[in-house]
Amino acid sequence: MEVVRSQKKSSSAAAYSDGVSTIPLYRSAPTLEVRLEDFERFAVDRLLVLRGISDGLARGKKSDEMGKLVSDLWKANMRHPHASEVKDKDIISHFVLRLVYCRTEELRKWFLSMESTLFRYRFRRETSDVHRALMTELGLPHKVVTNAEFEGLREKLSQVARSIGQALPTADTVYYKVPWEQVPELVGSRRVLIKKGYAYVALNQVVSFVVPHFRSHLSKALVLTNRKWTSMIREQEKDRLTPIVEALSTSYLGPDYSQAKEFGEITLKDIDQVARSSFPLCMRHLFDTLRDDHHLKHGGRMQLGLFLKGVGLKLDDALAFWKAEFSQKVGAERFDKEYAYGIRHNYGKEGKRTDYTPFSCQKIILSTPGVGDHHGCPYRHFSEENLRAALGKMGVSSRELDEVVDKAKGRHYQLACTLTFEAVHGASCDAGINHPNQYFTDSQNILKAKKPSTA
Amino acid sequence: MTKEAENERDDMLVDDPEPQNEQLDDIPDEFNPNYLKVYYGRLFPHADMFKWMSYGNDGKHPACDQSYFGRREFSFTLDNDIYLRFQSFKNASELENGIKDKCPFKIDIGPVYSVDPSKRLAYAQSGDNIFTPVERELVFDIDISDYDDARYCCSGADVCLDCWPLMTIAIKVIDTSLRDDFGFNHILWVYSGRRGVHCWVCDGKARRLNNEQRSAIADYFRVYKGNNNSKSKVSLVGPALHPFLARSYFDVLRDFFEEKLLCSQQLLSDDRYEKILEMIPDESITSELRGKWQDNRRSSSGKDVNVVRWEQLKQLLQSGKQKATGIRRCVEEIVFSFTYPRLDMEVSKHMNHLLKAPFCIHPKTGRVCVPIDPNVCDDFDPTNVPTLSKLLREINTGGLQVEGDKVWERTSMGKSIRYFRESFLQPLMKSCKEEIEESYSAKVNQSKNSLNW
Repeated sequence: MEVVRSQKKSSSAAAYSDGVSTIPLYRSAPTLEVRLEDFERFAVDRLLVLRGISDGLARGKKSDEMGKLVSDLWKANMRHPHASEVKDKDIISHFVLRLVYCRTEELRKWFLSMESTLFRYRFRRETSDVHRALMTELGLPHKVVTNAEFEGLREKLSQVARSIGQALPTADTVYYKVPWEQVPELVGSRRVLIKKGYAYVALNQVVSFVVPHFRSHLSKALVLTNRKWTSMIREQEKDRLTPIVEALSTSYLGPDYSQAKEFGEITLKDIDQVARSSFPLCMRHLFDTLRDDHHLKHGGRMQLGLFLKGVGLKLDDALAFWKAEFSQKVGAERFDKEYAYGIRHNYGKEGKRTDYTPFSCQKIILSTPGVGDHHGCPYRHFSEENLRAALGKMGVSSRELDEVVDKAKGRHYQLACTLTFEAVHGASCDAGINHPNQYFTDSQNILKAKKPSTA
Repeated sequence: MTKEAENERDDMLVDDPEPQNEQLDDIPDEFNPNYLKVYYGRLFPHADMFKWMSYGNDGKHPACDQSYFGRREFSFTLDNDIYLRFQSFKNASELENGIKDKCPFKIDIGPVYSVDPSKRLAYAQSGDNIFTPVERELVFDIDISDYDDARYCCSGADVCLDCWPLMTIAIKVIDTSLRDDFGFNHILWVYSGRRGVHCWVCDGKARRLNNEQRSAIADYFRVYKGNNNSKSKVSLVGPALHPFLARSYFDVLRDFFEEKLLCSQQLLSDDRYEKILEMIPDESITSELRGKWQDNRRSSSGKDVNVVRWEQLKQLLQSGKQKATGIRRCVEEIVFSFTYPRLDMEVSKHMNHLLKAPFCIHPKTGRVCVPIDPNVCDDFDPTNVPTLSKLLREINTGGLQVEGDKVWERTSMGKSIRYFRESFLQPLMKSCKEEIEESYSAKVNQSKNSLNW
């Protein structure tokens, strides 16, 4: 794939096989020319699909719901003004994300899981012609069962069909003969006939068979991509693609809360109350620790400080707030000397004057709090005991608490936070929590809606 | 007496030396480490075990992997429960010396690893260059103590000729399926020495199965989901049985239940029929049956009361009047719940599970873990399996005639070793040789596979 800055576009390396339009298998990098802008944009669109899938899975959506979700996500994000270019976008976005997600084991695992799920649900919606084309393309050993063989096995195949509540096979029903090791799920659940080491798989069972192959191929390809990336591409592309690729894997794709919006300011006199009602657990913990210890280490100051900025605390109020706390520990003079600068820096008033954006959940989750630190994501970084205690303080009931802890244990940290939000506010949060400031904003929205008389 | 025989005699006798022709009864029946020493010295088939575990790699063909045997894990349980894991041996004589030297009470066989298990600590646990199992026979472990709710004659570790047939049935069902359904050929069934059987599936394909595939086979065989809380521990849903279950039922289970188990365990006797009635979810049927049986405590026809009652039960459940499939299916469910094989799932699912080696001596019974021929498994009698002390007596009596490594031939182990060699080992070796040669030529012909990013 060649990345160019110009307007040129060549014809698509189609996802066609024997003239049948199929799902691309992403077996080899396409020979296309891509504009740099499209390079990033396509990747972001696909990433939205994959993140949506990730969210759906974490919420435990059933098969049918997932099918609809995938279809909706695809329609919403993967369109292209030129119909002929839809396939190109599909292929290009996949390969760009390969570069992004090949770089660590954790990223690879996530990408593999999401792409396999995406493939699975797209596959299910396809016709049997497409299925056959794909199986051939994947080089999956499958023999179509001949009529003669079918007749010989018909009774047993009918028995299997009846035992799993499926329609009885007729002479037109297509069956594939595959080595049983290829379909362990179907064998283990006794949903297929097996004979002399071969499983007789009906067309509608073929998904079980195809998806693992897609997955294993992609898994190997990712490892290779990583090697190429580290040995060659990253250096070659350091001025062009590399910064984009590196940014994409940690990118937060929602609003950045750098400009505090509707409620504009929270004032110092509100801050304690607002902390109790609307802060997410991570910020609540930092806030309470600050109130108790009159100190926070650098990581905590950054995380809480930027959050407060996003929430609408003006610089002067911020300085007063931190000074009020810190001076109880280190004295007013030392605060002015050593800590004030940092706060001003966060607001873009010092140094290179970058107006720093508050940290997204993703960034917070990935941080590594050490001894004496209180930042990070409590759902990830706290022990179960401490997490339970902290949630109790937030006012989460014990039944809901178990659910939250369960999600945290399953490494669905943002989902745990979402459930906490829902428990504390008694309202659902369909979009899920992706940013502490989002939590705050949503919380304030709910509370304001409940008390329309208050200004 | 020749000098040699005299020396032999001195080696073997534990108690006071006595004239050779009166030695028949002087070896007490307990298991004893000294007896074990003799067993490992004279009878245990070291060379055959080595051949088996090498799977043809001990040959001279260029494709033979000389490191293969050395990467197999063995584990020894010594006296005083000392447990030595990750033992490995480079060749046949190292294996033999290792066993003779340590004289283990139990030898377990583990998987073949990616590297010599004794060097495992030098390798990583994840990423590249790791220590991990690469081959392992597909194994099954069936233990009669898992059938305690299906038998009344014995419980726990005890076994008698009334309940042992449950093991025979299990062998028949599983063996048939392994061959006919899964296409495996090299299968070794072994008596576990006390209360069960083990199965070793040794085809190359079987050895290379991953954990997911092993789980799939275990799940395929799984029907019984018993625990103390459920009334019926078997649930056969669906309007029809999967062909595997149907075949097992019609070919093996039903007849065994109706013709043997019903009577040998008196399953429908007055104090036992309630348990079976509990498996029927229809009150009207169970009360009708209860009524019948409480009135007629003795059978008028001379037939066994259990048989008569079973007929009545079947009639009621399978009559045309019963619309719900669930009711009709009860009959099969009852049969399955008593007779269908109960496997230990965990043993089969993981490549790294250790399993006792054939030809070990069971420390509690002194019995040899001999192979069982599935074709004549009905004839297998666990109460007649040679014991360590019996074997020693046999060696002593035959002292003069044959020496060297044909000692086993004149003992009651002879039959077992012959079976092991002829029916299992030889066909396996032949197949391994072919496999090695085939994969060699395949590799030579294979073209490179290039993958883009």
